[in-house]
Amino acid sequence: MSYRLVWRKAVNVVMLSLTGLCALTSLSVLFFILGYLIWKGGSHLSWSFLTHLPAPVGEEGGGMANAIVGSGKLLLIAALTGIPVGFLGGVYLAEFGGKTFSFLVRYTADLLNGVPSIVMGIFAYTIVVMPMGHFSALAGGLALGVMLIPIVVRSTEEFLRAVPITLREGALALGATKWRAVATVIVPAAFQGIATGMLLSLARVAGETAPLLFTSFSNQFWSSGFNQPTASLPVMIYTYAISPYDDWHRQAWAAGLLLLALVLMANVGARLLLSRRVATPR
Amino acid sequence: MASLPIAVERRSRPPSRGRVRAFVAGLRSGDEIAHLITLMFAASIFLITALLVFELWRNSALPREHFGWRFLWTRVWDPVFENFGALPFIYGTVVTSSVALLLAVPLGVGAAIFLAELAPRRISNGLTFLIELLAAIPSVIIGVLGIFILVPVVRTTVEPFLKKTLGFLPLFQGPMFGIGLLAASLVLTIMVVPFIISISREVLLAVPVEQREAALALGATKWETTWKVVVPYARTGIFSSVFLALARALGETMAVTMVIGNDPKINASLFAPGYSIAAVIANEFTEATGRLYLQSLIELGLVLFVVTIIINGLARLLILTTTRRATAHP
Repeated sequence: MSYRLVWRKAVNVVMLSLTGLCALTSLSVLFFILGYLIWKGGSHLSWSFLTHLPAPVGEEGGGMANAIVGSGKLLLIAALTGIPVGFLGGVYLAEFGGKTFSFLVRYTADLLNGVPSIVMGIFAYTIVVMPMGHFSALAGGLALGVMLIPIVVRSTEEFLRAVPITLREGALALGATKWRAVATVIVPAAFQGIATGMLLSLARVAGETAPLLFTSFSNQFWSSGFNQPTASLPVMIYTYAISPYDDWHRQAWAAGLLLLALVLMANVGARLLLSRRVATPR
Repeated sequence: MASLPIAVERRSRPPSRGRVRAFVAGLRSGDEIAHLITLMFAASIFLITALLVFELWRNSALPREHFGWRFLWTRVWDPVFENFGALPFIYGTVVTSSVALLLAVPLGVGAAIFLAELAPRRISNGLTFLIELLAAIPSVIIGVLGIFILVPVVRTTVEPFLKKTLGFLPLFQGPMFGIGLLAASLVLTIMVVPFIISISREVLLAVPVEQREAALALGATKWETTWKVVVPYARTGIFSSVFLALARALGETMAVTMVIGNDPKINASLFAPGYSIAAVIANEFTEATGRLYLQSLIELGLVLFVVTIIINGLARLLILTTTRRATAHP
């Protein structure tokens, strides 16, 4: 073998192993984060953490029950505002849309998806908090809801497009009008995928902190209704982690583990649901 | 026009009565109603985006009037005397994002090459799913790990090492706090790598297999095939993944806020604490007293919005042109 060939083969081996090392590094970050959170948070996650209000500074114990319920409330508002808009918009793009207008809608949705979450927080602040004069769960929920829209639009459209054309033709051949075909045949056929897409979008906004800081703010107590400042898990994690108290740090680890477990479970669940189908749209 | 077939002529200009009749029939059957309702919701996406721009613009009128364009290159951020300039935040945002990309692009593209070219398809799919899980981790959690683990490691290990080996550069001089621009860049690297990996991998997988076969048949090694044939073919897509990652890095808030040090100064050293646009909004928005202060923060939001929209817009256009080219010449 000539010197040149040896050199080329050596470069080949070295560079290919380097790419493997890159993949390994990226993956090890994930496993490190998971492992460390389970180790740190697991020991502080207890029943009383899930069912008690935060304890005052200096007192041991206490939990984040209000933040867990608060996150649920925020997600409920987000789902009620964002999912219908996203879903119907997606149906339009997949079933009724023309060319130019649909392209513009899709492009705008992608841009909206890329808007930094903190800017969404400012948006909700200017349209809800400023007129009302106080922080509220409604404002936080709306900020999350707006973030849901572009994600749901795109996933709904994608899953509707994956429905085989034969189903469509069958429904129309039986004399169904277009909207009947869409409502009774096409959407049900894609339902599992669409629902999974919605679940994933909720999982994504569930961990958002930035848009909540000055919309739903936070609360050390229960908040009734949707018109008061409301605690949420991500904001609690943030305030507890940057606080100077060791006890609060422990609580932050536990809350972090809880949030991460919920988000990852939604992701893994969605993956399992989808992989059962034959064709996984990518 | 005269030479056009009659059928086309008729379709291009239908008698208006027939069109109305078709519309009424559509209404009666529900088709047009469903069309209009879904159209309304699709159009609401424009409405929301327009409203977002309008609100940001309207609510930053005061500082725009007060400081004008000077806002963008003033170095002072002084809430007490109500003198506001964005430069320290723009600097912090740009520096952390660029350092993050410098680290994330080789790492991400390398991992994408491994996943697309070397790993068997099933293993590659599984690993990619794990990488996507990494992207799903909420940024506040990355921030918590950043404060408690990354920052001490940076202070005791990374910064002394950099100072010893590359200390002659102004980038790696000065006191070592742990917290600062370097820690923020590392956190951002973790957050953008999954994006680069998953998009680049997809683009690499879309490169036709004939390209690889041709290069291999000419006697190229696997690496030469990948680096000189496959990667250049996928170049545009990889660029767009980098753009998307950049947009995300610029707008990333929580993890950066927790480790950047929150100090509105411009320092050449990466060890020094700094501030980013998103971080200052997150920290000071609820404390902002006075309309000029609050509106200056909103103007910072507007700046961030405009920059990310431009970068995202470019990236999406790049993706569109590549996918269109790919379908046009399969």
